[in-house]
Amino acid sequence: MMMAQQNILEVHNLRTRFHTPEGTVHAVNGVSFELREGGTLAVVGESGCGKSVTMMSILRLIPIPPGEIAGGEAIYRGVDLLKITEGEMEAVRGKEIAMIFQDPMTSLNPVLTIGRQITETLRTHLSMDKAAAKQRAIELLEQVGIPDPARRLNDYPHQFSGGMRQRVMIAIALACAPSLLIADEPTTALDVTIQAQIIELVKLLRDTLSMAVIWITHDLGVVAGMAEQVIVMYAGFIVEKSGVDDLYEKPRHPYTLSLLAALPRVDRSRNDRLKSIPGAPPNLLVEPHGCPFAPRCEYAIERCQAENPSLAQIAPGHSIACWVDVTHPGAHAEFAPQKPMDPAGGSR
Amino acid sequence: MIQEQEPLDPPLVMVKNLKKHFPITRGVLIQHQVGNVRAVDGISFDIQRGETFGLVGESGCGKTTAGRTLLALYPVTSGQISIDGQDMTTIHGTEMLAIRRKAQMIFQDPYASLNPRWTVNAIISEPMRVHHLFNEKERLERAKELLNLVGLNPRLINRFPHEFSGGQRQRIGVARALASNPLFIVCDEPISALDVSIQAQVVNLLEDLQDKFDLTYLFVAHDLSMVRHICDRVAVMYLGIIVEMARRDELYDNPLHPYTRALLSAVPIPDPQKERLRRRVILTGDVPSPIDPPSGCRFHPRCPIATERCKNEVPEWRDAGGGHQLACHNV
Repeated sequence: MMMAQQNILEVHNLRTRFHTPEGTVHAVNGVSFELREGGTLAVVGESGCGKSVTMMSILRLIPIPPGEIAGGEAIYRGVDLLKITEGEMEAVRGKEIAMIFQDPMTSLNPVLTIGRQITETLRTHLSMDKAAAKQRAIELLEQVGIPDPARRLNDYPHQFSGGMRQRVMIAIALACAPSLLIADEPTTALDVTIQAQIIELVKLLRDTLSMAVIWITHDLGVVAGMAEQVIVMYAGFIVEKSGVDDLYEKPRHPYTLSLLAALPRVDRSRNDRLKSIPGAPPNLLVEPHGCPFAPRCEYAIERCQAENPSLAQIAPGHSIACWVDVTHPGAHAEFAPQKPMDPAGGSR
Repeated sequence: MIQEQEPLDPPLVMVKNLKKHFPITRGVLIQHQVGNVRAVDGISFDIQRGETFGLVGESGCGKTTAGRTLLALYPVTSGQISIDGQDMTTIHGTEMLAIRRKAQMIFQDPYASLNPRWTVNAIISEPMRVHHLFNEKERLERAKELLNLVGLNPRLINRFPHEFSGGQRQRIGVARALASNPLFIVCDEPISALDVSIQAQVVNLLEDLQDKFDLTYLFVAHDLSMVRHICDRVAVMYLGIIVEMARRDELYDNPLHPYTRALLSAVPIPDPQKERLRRRVILTGDVPSPIDPPSGCRFHPRCPIATERCKNEVPEWRDAGGGHQLACHNV
């Protein structure tokens, strides 16, 4: 594998809050990661873990107020995206960094033709004239595998199927040949066979256009097939960060372990009940004191309730935020006897 | 593992050549029918007592319609359904009410399937009220018992649905389905709206309840990994028909129909090394419209091994041995 050159994106200690009538939601609580040029990073976590908000914060797509980026840096090729003006940001968004979303129906404008929506990007960012933009739009649709692109340019979003709409979204995202594509659960609304098509397409485009990709998902299966680096998020924190092989072979954070054990596999006959994680994710309105996963964690020790561990490296390229060594959980028992599990949230 | 054996009891659920078409009409004052959405177009299967039968397929394949038609939530277009010996297509009135007590449903969306203005008590007690089971005091007691059974604190009985998380709501939906002591429950994508860590909780709950009350499930889902985990037998639907049906491990380890093969190969496996070596069958194009399904074998326009014969001739439903059934000319 080609070794990393420069980092295209470095995020340091990003913190995002939402001030709501119910209180302050601590959505992202000090997230740091980096991505090399042409690399693929997957961000995994359940709903509400802050994975989308992290990316939206980097692109400054958070509505302010109620949102607030309370701190941190997002260095894209040497420029801190959180400090530049809105005008400068507009030149980055779409042109340098493009984003595709989960629901292709709501991200496309239903009353404009597909052609109009693709050429808009080209004309705004690249100042192309009408004819050139149209020609380029046809090429783009062809590139994402839409049959008969010249004719389909005049169609409206509702005339496309879900998978085809996602292809159109990708075509728009690719219009200015971005260096970084952020894909926010782009296949969640799609069937598995269509999901496989879209994943293959993104992989192909990534390799031919040498584009870096951040893939946000809740599906650990999808991650295994496409990412190099993975970060696992829980309650607005990164709890584990690792290369993809290590993460699946030697997961070290109890949350990652539980997630993998809770997943049935299509390639294996069942031998036991699924391992479920008791309780539910924490309420983000309350600033966590201890480790946010502690109430649901089977390895939790007393220290976990009081102190939130920060992300620390345990092996080259592999970091976790956890006080316990899950490979030798007993080692801690003499210092703090393991407490019986405390199922939170009233379920079970 | 249970071996293939002729059971002595008749199956609890029998479905024969079931069709459900939805008419497409045009015109405002003078309506006329211009076509049919052939959502379910001739499916047959049996479900044994205590069995979990899986119905899988992509969106629009008719699996949800099949589940709903089974419980007479939609009138049948043609074909036969019987549940516990009762013919569901002809019964009405009190007989229908009696069978509805025995056959319940758990819905996909735990947000839309609970009335937001009702308390948990009202929601769970409703089946008992409808079927005149117990008096009011006993109903309250039973509702509390049911809450406890599904892993929720009985003290929450007077709360409203919005006070619960998605997983907890689905538990309330399960409690409601159990309230009338059913034999058979149609689970329509009961976990697809839930997060991974919560999915396992609900699936384990459904399994525990099955053991405890000897329940029979029809499990409708698109998550093929979960279906392998929970179901005893699985049928794969495509465009309104069943293309392959077999015992769970037989189907997953030895899929025969090209659609089943493509479907299974598209499911991601959480193992990077295995993923790198995997050869995917990538299907081209989208599922055709069920208004005018393709001639011959419905899968032929997307099938990697289709021949001339597949375009013209509908493949026969046949047994490939050991109860592994499919409809394909070329396997």
